[in-house]
Amino acid sequence: MNPISVPQGRAMGRALVLVAAAAGLWLLAAPAGAAERGDRPQIDPVRLLDRLGWGATSSDMRQIAQLGVDRYIEAQLHPKPATLPGPVERQLAAMTLSQRPLAELVPELERQRKTVQAMTMSADKDVATAAYQKAATAIYREFASRMLLRSLYSPNQLQEQMAWFWANHFSVFQGKSGVMLGDYVDAAIRPRALGRFRDLLGATLRHPAMLRYLDNEQNVAGRINENYARELLELHTLGVDGGYSQQDVQELARVLTGVGINLTADAPKLKPELQSQYLRDGLFEFNPARHDYGDKVLLGQPLRGRGLAEVDEALDRLARHPATARFVCRKMARYFLAGDPSPALVEQMAATFLRSDGQVADTLRVLFRSSEFARSLGKQFKDPVHYVISAVRLAYDGRPILNTDPMIQWLIRMGQPLHGRQTPDGYPLYESAWTSPGQMTTRFEIASAIGNGRAGLFRGEADQGAEASAVPQLSDSLYFERMRGHLGEATRKALEQAGSPQEWNVFLLSSPEFMDR
Amino acid sequence: MPTNRRQFIRSLAALPLLAGPVRLLAAPAGGSARFVLVFLRGGYDAASLLIPYHSSDYYEARPTLALARPGSDLQAALPVDGDWALNPVLRESLYPLFQRRQLAFVPFAGTDDLSRSHFETQQSIELGLAAGGARDYRSGFLNRLAGVLGGQGAIAFTDQLPLVMSGPAAVPNVALRQVAKPGLSVRQSQIIAGMYRGSRLAGQVSEGFGMRDEVLKAFAEEMESSSRNAVSARGFELEARRIGKLMRERYRLGFVDVGGWDTHVSQGGNGGYLASRFDELGRGLAAFADEMGKAWDDTVVVVVSEFGRTFRENGSRGTDHGHGTVFWVLGGSVAGGRVAGEQVEVRRSTLLQDRDFPVLNDYRQVLGGLFQRQFGLSAEQLTKVFPGARSVDLELL
Repeated sequence: MNPISVPQGRAMGRALVLVAAAAGLWLLAAPAGAAERGDRPQIDPVRLLDRLGWGATSSDMRQIAQLGVDRYIEAQLHPKPATLPGPVERQLAAMTLSQRPLAELVPELERQRKTVQAMTMSADKDVATAAYQKAATAIYREFASRMLLRSLYSPNQLQEQMAWFWANHFSVFQGKSGVMLGDYVDAAIRPRALGRFRDLLGATLRHPAMLRYLDNEQNVAGRINENYARELLELHTLGVDGGYSQQDVQELARVLTGVGINLTADAPKLKPELQSQYLRDGLFEFNPARHDYGDKVLLGQPLRGRGLAEVDEALDRLARHPATARFVCRKMARYFLAGDPSPALVEQMAATFLRSDGQVADTLRVLFRSSEFARSLGKQFKDPVHYVISAVRLAYDGRPILNTDPMIQWLIRMGQPLHGRQTPDGYPLYESAWTSPGQMTTRFEIASAIGNGRAGLFRGEADQGAEASAVPQLSDSLYFERMRGHLGEATRKALEQAGSPQEWNVFLLSSPEFMDR
Repeated sequence: MPTNRRQFIRSLAALPLLAGPVRLLAAPAGGSARFVLVFLRGGYDAASLLIPYHSSDYYEARPTLALARPGSDLQAALPVDGDWALNPVLRESLYPLFQRRQLAFVPFAGTDDLSRSHFETQQSIELGLAAGGARDYRSGFLNRLAGVLGGQGAIAFTDQLPLVMSGPAAVPNVALRQVAKPGLSVRQSQIIAGMYRGSRLAGQVSEGFGMRDEVLKAFAEEMESSSRNAVSARGFELEARRIGKLMRERYRLGFVDVGGWDTHVSQGGNGGYLASRFDELGRGLAAFADEMGKAWDDTVVVVVSEFGRTFRENGSRGTDHGHGTVFWVLGGSVAGGRVAGEQVEVRRSTLLQDRDFPVLNDYRQVLGGLFQRQFGLSAEQLTKVFPGARSVDLELL
């Protein structure tokens, strides 16, 4: 294949320059990695970007060329605060969620919801219901939109992926947590996404979205609700085969009594001897009057009943358990590899996890330096979230979109809405969950919407006319120049049959090669 | 002239069958028997569906959730035999089916998986393998049943292909909650399919395009008329009617799941949250039966869930994860109007671990027995569907 032939013969000059630049950068980047890791297969920087991030853009490609593979990985593992493009920062700043604290917003909406609920059937009730639903939907849209905008434009791509990974690991469902979800990822998860696992565990336990979703706000001494305790053991820490029993579920549920939410301005009336135990932090509340102060036995070890301190001790015990290390490491490895990780790699990661007291960045470094990781690059099927974000990143390469609604809709259609998983196990991490016939056709429909520039991504609320310029120029992209060598014969043939630049875009975004990363 | 709902559905039925471009879309081959599995995800509270009204322990354990014993009151449970009564919310939808002997219940049903984990138990049921054996994630039991029946005619009415339908037989999936017009031309679809020829996803891609065309043709009239003539059915009822249409015309094996059954909090007694879920489900199943028309006689629908819930209500007027549940078996030729299978008196002393209903009717044995009757499976074929399982014939057909 002629490396400089440009489909449709457009923009030849620019493509040439980019190809030359890419080739030069490539020479700089590749040997650094190879020299440092003798047995590791050579890493293609662009493929690494596709795996560590949500899809390579020109600016990432420049950055990795500058730093080399290993220093790029280190920089991603220890990110500096992210600066987003100006228009994106402005979109984020304009959101209600940025302007009003959740502790103020949630009680207000909850009051509204209760008022509607209490109304008897009437036309007024319908109007009030619609108003409440509109307000609640607006908060969800903002929440989802923030997640998508950061994933699209943050230079800290690994941090964004890990924020998504942990949001999925500590999954909550918007249908139940509702507006409490507002700052779940921003406040509880993203700041800790590459930090200590124990901190994530503690932050999710103190977030109202989790306490509402898994019903712990209802968990009271003498009338326990097991839901959160069970999922905490099974899904968040030890794993279902992690060696806990039904007895442990019940004991942990007792430990978690009194951990809840307070949406009012008032503290509960407490006996004087309990008052020092009371804690309030935003919507989070530990209410000692609801806590079971009896002693417990958790995982074969006694646990002295003493309030919130015993909750922390229980979390320490779970976070430092070898079963947790293996369970969490296997899941991270599966997220960043194609197919199942080898037991040896999981053990190596788990050893680092335990030695570092659950440092996520240290554990991921072991994974990224493994030959298993290098070998799997380019072979992992993108789940819907990966597909949608990478397609938009490729199509507009840093040019900020104005409207994330179409992306939110696409994810719903492909069965992976943001925080739309009803069950707390989060979305699956294996390929076959996302390759069913119905899902593949939906992908092609989305490819068509983006490729034709008719997706509505630039249709701001007040601005109907901007769509004309939205047809992406994929054949000119630096990314395509890097990717073209990997295209199979059938894909190249399809691209040749394209009758227009738009159709060419549709075929590229529909190609088997673009489905993998 | 405006048509009513029933006429509208009939007119759909009268549409000529369109030859699908994909072989899978042929009419049911090798017999007219059809089977649909409905999976209630979340572990529904079976003790609120089928009420052990003779058990005073039941009323004691559920001060806010228990339903009133059968009586003249419309709110009271509907008696189905001397021990059990049905949730009255199903009075209009499914109780008539029960009275026509087209609906049976199998209590104390489920798996020997005692993890009480939704995901673990759903997975073990969908895989359909013996407990303790090595887990094979490559195929679910409905996919293996499709294989035994010739490898064709199975479909999942879901966004994602569920584990139970995954495996060597190529099974398409399509969610019927919303049916949208395509954004790709026939030519573009062919070129895209061409890119996948010979790749690992070739089958899925061609099935996907075939399925899309089929659904569009099947629902063309509905899509056009729905703007002028509002369709009265909504939610699961509408979806169930659409499922009925495709099952009647095209498929032998179907799967759909219905979520929202994990009721740890305020599940409600009469008229509460759980009752509305039963109502929605009941109306959907009744609509499905109606839509099937004559084909209902050859159709069996089984409703399952991963487990039942605790016998006692918890402190939040809900229930936690339990074990044994109640399966529903519906169909025109079902030997219904009864409660089938092994049973035990419902008392505190008969609970498993002083907590929940035991499993006395293993799902592999019960479904195996049903498949043997319905599809005339040989012992060897049955072993392929449920390896190592002995079938138990509850004479449900």
